Amino acid sequence: MTDAIARETIHIDDIDPEFVDALIAAGADRIRACLQCGTCSSVCPSGRRTAFRTRELIRKALLGLKGEVLSSPDLWLCTTCFTCLERCPREIKTTDAIILMRNMAVREGFMLPQHRKTSMKLIATGHAVPINDANMTKREELGLDRVPPTVHSHPDALEQVQEIMRRTGFTALIEGQGEED
Amino acid sequence: MTVSQTYSFFLGCVMPNRFPNVEKSIREVLPRLGIHLEELEGASCCPAPGVIRSFDEPTWLALASRNLALAEKAGHDIITGCNGCYGTFKEALHIVHEHPEKLRDVQKVFKGLGLRYRAEADAKHLIEVVYDLGPDAIREKVVRPLDGLEVAVHYGCHLLKPSVLRPWKKSARPTFLDELVEATGAHSVKYKDKFQCCGAGGGVRGSNVPVSVDIAQEKIDNVLEAGADCVLNVCSFCHLQFEMSQAQLNKELGEERYRLPVVYYTQLLGLAMGLGPKELGLHKHVVSTEPVLRKVLG
Repeated sequence: MTDAIARETIHIDDIDPEFVDALIAAGADRIRACLQCGTCSSVCPSGRRTAFRTRELIRKALLGLKGEVLSSPDLWLCTTCFTCLERCPREIKTTDAIILMRNMAVREGFMLPQHRKTSMKLIATGHAVPINDANMTKREELGLDRVPPTVHSHPDALEQVQEIMRRTGFTALIEGQGEED
Repeated sequence: MTVSQTYSFFLGCVMPNRFPNVEKSIREVLPRLGIHLEELEGASCCPAPGVIRSFDEPTWLALASRNLALAEKAGHDIITGCNGCYGTFKEALHIVHEHPEKLRDVQKVFKGLGLRYRAEADAKHLIEVVYDLGPDAIREKVVRPLDGLEVAVHYGCHLLKPSVLRPWKKSARPTFLDELVEATGAHSVKYKDKFQCCGAGGGVRGSNVPVSVDIAQEKIDNVLEAGADCVLNVCSFCHLQFEMSQAQLNKELGEERYRLPVVYYTQLLGLAMGLGPKELGLHKHVVSTEPVLRKVLG
């Protein structure tokens, strides 16, 4: 065990100096105040059991390593529990910054196939978790309406929801994410 | 002492479409407390803060605003029993109140759709409305005290955080839900990492089941170690997480090791108010609620 730890070199080509500015413009306004204390990583429920490190993610973002940050599956291990945001001594809205980076990742074409599926359900039914036969039966047995009084019962309301998703570009964004696995 | 108040009942996705038994208990219990629920016809997904907001925030904001616009038209505030939906509405309202240009963006998207939105209706979690009545008012409704029942209270993240956008007096380690549980005669047990996340949010349950279930397992193990009879929640997604994760873990283990009943607050309160288990949907759980019922009903 005498080998030195392999040196990690950051290449200038991998640095996008405008990345942090874009994050700040999108709302992660205090991110430059990060002092790398690691409080965020230490309170993270995902970080307890995976290699996901919030501190590392923020550091890489500050270095401008846009490609590495946006393509990393680790970006999707945050449960958005907001504990890091509550505890950050620099009052950086860590969770919000992660959500902004996820938005950027999706626009760059990095989306997990399961998340595309959830989005397709929302586009088709107006619900990320739509009703199914078993639960319609369960509702009836409980004395509830077989179909809940949501978009599921109102085709015109569903059409309105779908039109909103077309207008915001969501439908095109999701359909542009390639085919499902 | 019951003062009547009316809210637009926002169901979301998980509650009506996966756990209608929880919905049933809310519909039975809240009107008995003077909290009247009006249907929010044509509501959609809130949409989910961990997934849809993560994919495209402007779409999330527009759809959340549409649901709020429906309540605004009805002339009521929204009431929800899901922490995720609650978080979506609180954050969406904050964004348009702080950034008028974002409200204008939403109104532009709504143009010609017959939707009027001024961000005037508020959104409340049902537990917030129940706590406003107060633990003493709840105690007065109890006809069957749940003496001897050991309850592990799980608040869930989005009910409490970000704390600057929440109404609770204490930003850390609150006690309001414990007080409401103890008003039924049950005892709120201390357990390790009580305020830890259930592991379902942020799109993790949807995309990385092993990590998500592992977080839930840690929490359930802590609850079991404290000797609790059940884990109590006020969020349809936390509820799903605790119910489904136990089934998944048992399948992986090849034995029924995890049998911790998962109870929603209105189910617990309903029992204390003398309602029957079937009226509260307690017979439709993934993990059997029998041990709790045996202790309560004898």
